[in-house]
Amino acid sequence: MLLAKSPIKSLILVLFFTLVSAFSEKLTASSQNDTALADTIEKEVDIDITEVAFEHILDAHSWHIFGEGHHAVSIPLPVILETNNGITVFSSSEFNHDIKGKIVVEKNGERFVNYKEKIYYASDSANQNGQYLTAKEEGKELIIENASPLDFSITKNVASMFISVIIILWLGISLARAYKKTGITSAPKGKQSFLEPLIVFVRDDIAKSNIGTRGEKFAPFLLTIFFFILINNILGMLPFGANLTGNIAFTLSLSVVTLIVTNVNGNAAYWHHIFAPPAPWWLYLILIPIEIIGIFTKPFALMIRLFANMSAGHIIIVSLVGLIFIFKTLLVSPVSVAFALFIDVLECLVALLQAYIFTMLTALFIGTATADHHEHEHRDEEQHEGETLSTQNH
Amino acid sequence: MNLIILNALVTPAIGLIFWTSIVFILLIFLLGKFAWKPILSAVKEREKGIEEALKSAEKAKIEMARLKSDNERILNEARSERDALLKEAREIKETILNEAKSKATKDAERILQGAREQIINEKNAAIVDLKNQVASFSIEIAEKILRSELSGDEKQKTLVNTLLKEVTLN
Repeated sequence: MLLAKSPIKSLILVLFFTLVSAFSEKLTASSQNDTALADTIEKEVDIDITEVAFEHILDAHSWHIFGEGHHAVSIPLPVILETNNGITVFSSSEFNHDIKGKIVVEKNGERFVNYKEKIYYASDSANQNGQYLTAKEEGKELIIENASPLDFSITKNVASMFISVIIILWLGISLARAYKKTGITSAPKGKQSFLEPLIVFVRDDIAKSNIGTRGEKFAPFLLTIFFFILINNILGMLPFGANLTGNIAFTLSLSVVTLIVTNVNGNAAYWHHIFAPPAPWWLYLILIPIEIIGIFTKPFALMIRLFANMSAGHIIIVSLVGLIFIFKTLLVSPVSVAFALFIDVLECLVALLQAYIFTMLTALFIGTATADHHEHEHRDEEQHEGETLSTQNH
Repeated sequence: MNLIILNALVTPAIGLIFWTSIVFILLIFLLGKFAWKPILSAVKEREKGIEEALKSAEKAKIEMARLKSDNERILNEARSERDALLKEAREIKETILNEAKSKATKDAERILQGAREQIINEKNAAIVDLKNQVASFSIEIAEKILRSELSGDEKQKTLVNTLLKEVTLN
């Protein structure tokens, strides 16, 4: 969809729709008879902003640049499906920008349709709307009854992720080469002077301060998380960017890795605390399930936090621009653009902040899983002994 | 419609999970090996270098202070040594001067003594010489006188008489 999150894109959008509405007015004025065309244009201006906003932040099988419907300009991406007949690969352009399930693509002896960016096996014949889908209406909602293949497509989000990987690898490896070339005796320059503080910050203020002396071992992992999220957050804010970090599948995958890393590195004290918490035994019936749920709620919170923060920012910006179309007046546009710009600047901060929070909390979880609880206990004991000694002396 | 979209929003897509997991795990290994490891070790090495440089600077400072105090001490020592040397030299000069002076006085005295002795000797010799000469002159004179006195018989007789008169027989 066309509605965008960046102010530049918003401006272009406003100009575009101004032209469209002006054109439609002219049309209705000059040729009253051609009501059909005017109706379609009226219809186009009358967009469901909620749908636009959600379509904007959701994943897509092609990388949309501009335009609507069959005239849209987009970069086709490979569709990879695990079907009943094995793996099927074809270009997303074969759907011809259709996301309403009206165009059937036949490949490998199977027929597919794209309905709202989800691939289904096509029905044998079209329904009354021309869709090769069998749908059941439940109140206002349409429930698609068609089966769908496993979709491993290189979607817009995956493509964006690949771009981010190229950027991160280029940054990381060229930085490593810079250190090798200039050595450590010269002051950092160029990329180094920008990235080194970030790297040192992650190592010292995230890894070491939350994990302690073992922090350095986890610094590479935390640095990877930090830069992966940060670069993807920034890419998501660019015009035409994909909302990867605001996608729950992405945050889920990162959280699962965090969950695995945390629990694989969990020491005896950590597991002891879960399966034999310091409480009366009859409380174990409640405490152990709570502790086990706790293992999963921590990364779950990470997943929801990043997803919700990034998605919310994008939705707000699309909604602000959408105000123009809800009120159907250009007078709102200065307000919309000003607020969208404000939120966009705020999103710059959020992009950095969310990368930091995700990394920091991951470090915190690893820190609690690897901390020596005995050390604290010993220290407490010593303190108590000291106190009793001092009281005895009195 | 909205419910379906919302549902799509919170339903993780298997494809994206698959790709994200692969990409993320690959990234952890690739970055860990080719980026973070060399970068972190370089940063650490630099930090160590800076720390060492600071430490050695501190050490150099202490060394400098020590050297300075040493220098001062050495300077003071040198100064006192110089003073002592000067004093000694002055003393030596004085003694040498005094010695020279006393020696000169002695020498002068000795020379004077010698001169005096020589003068006395010379005088004595001169006196002896003079005496001898006076004696010879006297004899000559006496001879001449005698000759003149005894040039006639008369005179010889008178003389003998005179002499005889002078000689009183006891």
